[in-house]
Amino acid sequence: MTLLSGDASMTTTHPAPDPAVQERPPDDVAAARPRFRPGRWLLGAVLLVVGAQLATFLVGNERFEWDVVGEYLFHPTVLQGLGMSVMLTVIAMVVGSALGVVLAAGQLSDFGPVRWASTLYVGVFRGIPPLVQLIFWYNLAFLVPDVSIGIPFGPTFASWSANEVITPLTAALIGLTLHEAAYMAEIVRAGILAVDPGQRDAARAMGFNGRQAFFKVVLPQAMRVIIPPTGSQFISLLKGTSLVSVIAMSDLLHSVQVIYNRTYDVIPMLVVACIWYLTVVTVLSLGQKRLERHFGRGHDRTATVAGGRRRPRLGLAGARA
Amino acid sequence: MTAPGSGPARPVLSVRGLRKVFGDHVALDGVDLDVHEGEVVVVLGPSGSGKSTLVRCVHQLESVDGGAAYLDGELLGYEQHRGHLRPLPEARVARQRRRMGMVFQQFNLFPHWTVLRNITEAAVKVHGQRPEEARRRAVELLERTGLADKHQAHPKQLSGGQQQRVAIARAVATDPRIMLFDEPTSALDPELVDEVLSVVRDLARTGMTMVVVTHEMDFAREVADRCVFMDRGRVVEVGTPQEVFEAPRSPRLQAFLTRFAQRQQRADAAAPAV
Repeated sequence: MTLLSGDASMTTTHPAPDPAVQERPPDDVAAARPRFRPGRWLLGAVLLVVGAQLATFLVGNERFEWDVVGEYLFHPTVLQGLGMSVMLTVIAMVVGSALGVVLAAGQLSDFGPVRWASTLYVGVFRGIPPLVQLIFWYNLAFLVPDVSIGIPFGPTFASWSANEVITPLTAALIGLTLHEAAYMAEIVRAGILAVDPGQRDAARAMGFNGRQAFFKVVLPQAMRVIIPPTGSQFISLLKGTSLVSVIAMSDLLHSVQVIYNRTYDVIPMLVVACIWYLTVVTVLSLGQKRLERHFGRGHDRTATVAGGRRRPRLGLAGARA
Repeated sequence: MTAPGSGPARPVLSVRGLRKVFGDHVALDGVDLDVHEGEVVVVLGPSGSGKSTLVRCVHQLESVDGGAAYLDGELLGYEQHRGHLRPLPEARVARQRRRMGMVFQQFNLFPHWTVLRNITEAAVKVHGQRPEEARRRAVELLERTGLADKHQAHPKQLSGGQQQRVAIARAVATDPRIMLFDEPTSALDPELVDEVLSVVRDLARTGMTMVVVTHEMDFAREVADRCVFMDRGRVVEVGTPQEVFEAPRSPRLQAFLTRFAQRQQRADAAAPAV
């Protein structure tokens, strides 16, 4: 009954190895067999049932109208919308990243006003929902009727009506880019801070100037930290382009909406959009993996060229391979 | 403050009244030091005595709060302008740094480059050497440091001692006027110290002008032309190794050497007899 009684049972169930009595070969863990793990079999069975149900639902429910999905998957309007979404994503990402690097450098500057301005920008543009920003930019003409280039508080050289400049396309590009820049600034800043300060010392000690030290030594190492969240950012930006449908920008979502407003095939058309979003996101994820491998080189003691993934094996038996 | 004397006896490195303050901690409290052509100066002292800060300030990796340092008679980091001193622009500071080689305690090799590129990149991109020339030079330096087969390796694949030897080769590859060593063996496992020190020793034999901050007493005794003992941000005593180790004048240096001798005795007692 008492805990202490365990002493006795332990000696009986686990006798000390005694070669004179035992007639089995010496212990060798290499010959061990995996344990039976009932919990894992149960969980596997549950997942199998759920998967089967999901498959039957997708195939069996005729309201998905898979024939309509197939018919419209490569419809010119849909493909144009897809192209627009991808283009918006790429432009906003490229310009936003460049702006983000500048803002990150500004946030890390030792010149106060630059630091404050960058921090203020990031605070404002990260704090306002992108949907609000898009509508705001689209309606810029209410606030600023004329857009002009000139000397501040001095003469202007050229002037345009805001109504002509701010089309759905420019409003979408400005809104997405500025929002993206704020997020990228934080990602780049974190990446730069993650680089060992000794690296900057060494770069300066080798006689590299500030720009060379940043682009040759600091940024390539920061990339290792920057790439994974940037991949997520790229993906959320692609999905974020669906917001521009509210300002009548003909992106992927807007294109399928145009079609289902005419045909009332709401669900099949949304499935078409889902398929395309998932396809592009999958392609982006694969690209991200490649980039991670590229910038991870030199950070692994063993493999530098071979990109073998080392994922712990999670078998049903749970063998320690 | 005037620049130190010119002429054939002008020191390569000259430090005058150098001061450095971190918050309310005075790291360097008026340090004077001259290092002449071909001379090996070893800087000794307890932790926190300002030894590392001294070489980091000379190399312009830290800003300086007072005094001045000169390389070949040229004021480092500042210039005369209308009767005042003003800081040099970053690009000119970088140009001054190029004439000094620095070896860090933590090696600080660039992990994303191969060993060979670590050595050649600055030589080519900063010092304008031709790539094939820089490459030939790097291979030769690696052979001299016993790492001929490692030039395509990445730093993380090397042991600490190997990394530090590469770091020394990297600094030497740009033909510096003076080499500064900031505790080059302090981050190493004891059995790797000797391989690094022997590279430093070989370098000293080639006539390189060097300042070596270290805790390795035997090395100082053997290689130094002069030893500098620092404590609490000041140079307490300067002399030949013999003067410093055999006839210390100041009580602080005497205490420092006694502490070291005791530690050595304990280590010898703990080690198994050979």
